[in-house]
Amino acid sequence: MTRNTGRVLGVNGNMVNVEFDGAIAKNEVGYIRQGDIRLKGEVIRINGNIAALQVFEMTGGIVVGDEVEFTGEMLSVELGPGLLTQIYDGLQNPLPELARQCGFFLQRGVYLQALPNLDWEFTPTVSVGDIVKAGDTIATVPEGLFTHQIMVPFDLVGSFTVTSINKAGTYKTRDIICTIEDSKKKKIELSMVFSWPVKKAIQLYSERLRPVEPMTTKIRIIDTLLPVAKGGTYCTPGPFGAGKTVLQHATSRNAEVDIVIIAACGERAGEVVEILKEFPELIDPKTGRSLMERTIIICNTSSMPVASREASVYTAVTIAEYYRQMGLDILLLADSTSRWAQAMREMSGRLEEIPGEEAFPAYLESRIAEFYERAGIVRLHDGKIGSVTIGGTVSPAGGNFEEPVTQATLKVVGAFHGLSRERSDARKYPAIDPLTSWSKYTGIIKQSDVEQMRRVLHGSHEVNQMMKVVGEEGTSVNDYVTYQMGELLDSCYLQQNTFDPIDTSVAPERQKHVFAKLRHLMNMPLTFETKSDVRRVFNNLRQLLLDWNNTLWESDEFKAAEAALDEAFKALM
Amino acid sequence: MQKIYSKIESIVGNVITVRAKGVANGELAVVASAGSTSFANVIKLDGDLVSLQIFSGATGTSTGDHVRFLGNPMRVSSSPNLLGRVFDGTGSPRDNKPELKEEMIDIGGPSVNPAKRIIPRNMIRTGIPMIDLFNTLVESQKLPIFSVSGEPYNELLARIALQAEVDLIILGGMGLKYDDYLYFKDTLEEGGAMNRTIMFVHTASDPTVECMLVPDMALAVAEKFALEGKKVLVLLTDMTNFADAMKEMAITMDQVPSNRGYPGDLYTQLASRYEKAVDFEGAGSVTILAATTMPGDDVTHPIPDNTGYITEGQYYLKGGRIEPFGSLSRLKQQVNSATRDDHRALMDGMIRLYASFKEALEKQSMGFMMSEWDEKLLKYGALFEEKMMDLSVNIPLERALDLGWEILGDCFEPNETGLRSDLIRARWPKHLGE
Repeated sequence: MTRNTGRVLGVNGNMVNVEFDGAIAKNEVGYIRQGDIRLKGEVIRINGNIAALQVFEMTGGIVVGDEVEFTGEMLSVELGPGLLTQIYDGLQNPLPELARQCGFFLQRGVYLQALPNLDWEFTPTVSVGDIVKAGDTIATVPEGLFTHQIMVPFDLVGSFTVTSINKAGTYKTRDIICTIEDSKKKKIELSMVFSWPVKKAIQLYSERLRPVEPMTTKIRIIDTLLPVAKGGTYCTPGPFGAGKTVLQHATSRNAEVDIVIIAACGERAGEVVEILKEFPELIDPKTGRSLMERTIIICNTSSMPVASREASVYTAVTIAEYYRQMGLDILLLADSTSRWAQAMREMSGRLEEIPGEEAFPAYLESRIAEFYERAGIVRLHDGKIGSVTIGGTVSPAGGNFEEPVTQATLKVVGAFHGLSRERSDARKYPAIDPLTSWSKYTGIIKQSDVEQMRRVLHGSHEVNQMMKVVGEEGTSVNDYVTYQMGELLDSCYLQQNTFDPIDTSVAPERQKHVFAKLRHLMNMPLTFETKSDVRRVFNNLRQLLLDWNNTLWESDEFKAAEAALDEAFKALM
Repeated sequence: MQKIYSKIESIVGNVITVRAKGVANGELAVVASAGSTSFANVIKLDGDLVSLQIFSGATGTSTGDHVRFLGNPMRVSSSPNLLGRVFDGTGSPRDNKPELKEEMIDIGGPSVNPAKRIIPRNMIRTGIPMIDLFNTLVESQKLPIFSVSGEPYNELLARIALQAEVDLIILGGMGLKYDDYLYFKDTLEEGGAMNRTIMFVHTASDPTVECMLVPDMALAVAEKFALEGKKVLVLLTDMTNFADAMKEMAITMDQVPSNRGYPGDLYTQLASRYEKAVDFEGAGSVTILAATTMPGDDVTHPIPDNTGYITEGQYYLKGGRIEPFGSLSRLKQQVNSATRDDHRALMDGMIRLYASFKEALEKQSMGFMMSEWDEKLLKYGALFEEKMMDLSVNIPLERALDLGWEILGDCFEPNETGLRSDLIRARWPKHLGE
């Protein structure tokens, strides 16, 4: 392929105009040469022989006339064994390796190989003469907990014949392990690694299925009231300080999936560090291995260049799709999609595009829809089922959900977990508003039972509103019971303490068990003389339930606390 | 490189353009008028047309002025001689002492690799219960103080500066009233802290562009000292002026405004400053406390709103007190498990009850009859405000925790507090019984 070159014409923030020769493609990658260093950029607009490059680095020091090299390739990521446990920036630079080479700071223009050249125990699954096509498995290597399938590169079109394949044994990531040829006898050499352009969805599957199976998060309010399905999408908008990130971290620790990919997009570096340092220490109860072994982190924090922030969510979803092709369940957590949208807005401003609402570009909605549509549960060509679930946080300006990013997101997701400032101010965590949030998926508890709980919560809320007008004395004892019941469900079931070792993750069985107990209470005919009786009884019940929540599932303390609760129930009869 | 350009093509706001070749983006230049000289830096290149922003403002700049490019970006001295000194937004002395040219470093340097960061682990004690107990300040944290103009935010900053256990204080003043500048100087001098303080001060009467340089100057120096092992506390006041200066520049440059006239990259610009807060493994740390006045007491205004998403919590200053609602130190979880076993539970429990107190207060103000429970809450709220929230209270954390239990014991039965039974058994004031 001939490589095109160009010269810098102008610099405006992180957008550089380049005059080029020959033909170049939109989204092609170019490097601006500055002495020894090369700064990476992506073509985002072409006009005549002038290309606008969004540069993934600080643009200080660039001089008009600097030489630009175009690569002829779109912005891509490397896919292959060794992705798990890695910590990448938005362009798939491994950050720990970068730290070893450059020290404390992120130096400009240093791009490292995404995948280390490690040894793998290689087992071929095809033989010479077999016919293969893109996405077919040709071999497997064990990668931590999983059997990593080595696949025919996804961008190869047509059928190919295997002309050689290495015997079982130990090979390095970048060794040539297989050769295939197409119908015109053109030979292609394959290693365990290939690349794929991040902005294109991987669509090598037979059909997309409807997401029905719940993806449990061990967070009661989500699993019971606002469930998410495997292959589904959900969003978590909330004002700052409402606990979006704490909630996502809890989800990333506890979600019942094979692999979790965390895209920290334009958020605080400190939060990523917590994951970086804690995950290797935490043990996944399901596998008995470190949580890091099922985690990949894409980290482009707020102070890192804005253009690679835009790329980071695509990098993350591409890696998720890659593992989905092996029949695994992946959860992608993007925090925060608003920062990604803002990155688009910044570029759009520099391109002098006509701004839409709040200066976001007109294509904001379609980009958001495209991104969430990359989630899904699919049946692959080999019959396996794989899924990508996407959960994105949204940081709406001023905590107002009427803004463009939240609204565009709500149109395309299957569940909405809206965080409320009032709840977080009152330290009611997780601060998901149980009344306004919704989910289109079915969860672990029968729908009609969930509806009953929702009715109680709504009733309680109404009585509470009414009490603000007519006062407690103007409220009937029965209404007051409804109010207290809602408050009890809220404080003992919907609220959950992430920092308590037991309450932090509640398995579905336990949720069902506790929920049944609460349903029993909801169905009990309760009569009281006075409101202070009601308050006394419910204070007592709350104490018993909170203590019960803090006991280990099925331990003696658990049973004792349950017995105490049953005793209290009996007294109500 | 020392070629002098003597034809200025345009002058708009504080931005001038000249035709020049071989100029780098971000490069520093000197613009010499008849009687004065000023620094300027390159903010845009378009062919041979170079846009520069003049630090001292373009007032009186003539199309015949001389522009000389210096071949390097903006720099600041980082020598130990900075201690006890006061500079303006361009790094020139404000205290009639000699200029410093040693150990020059670039400002606005690259971001720290997240993989090299460590989890913050040290509490910074301030003796203010609303901070120590309810929203602990942690080394390497970045926290704004949201307040309305007129609130004593500078007094609070100065008090924290004097009481906090740190090696070095760097004050970045932006759009500071001259009186406030003198207040800081006098307070730090009287408190004996001036010899561990460096001040970069832009006062309200100084040129706007210099305002935008102050945080970068202060943070570049802070970072340098932190790398040398110092625990640095950076106080920035007031970041709203910084953001407004940025808005002014953006509009001068014909950028499309996004929200209330602020540029679309407001979040990124603020973040790249706040993210300089860091704890270096094997070296020192940078902690940032920044006053942010909320125009019209509106937290949804773009400046406090974007700030809130960047920083690790916030303190709300209202009516001369740190408000328990909304105030939050995100990093407190990192340290308050190691302080005392009841710290977390007490902190959450007391705030929950204070929220109920507010509801009761609302009911009372609407003229409703107060139930027995409401009466208890009213008593609790009054005690809480008097003994915990008042900013003049100055007690160590442990004493504050004990005080918390005493207040609860004075007002409630144990099972009304919503606290776990084991904690109640251990900590409920003994003379009251359970």
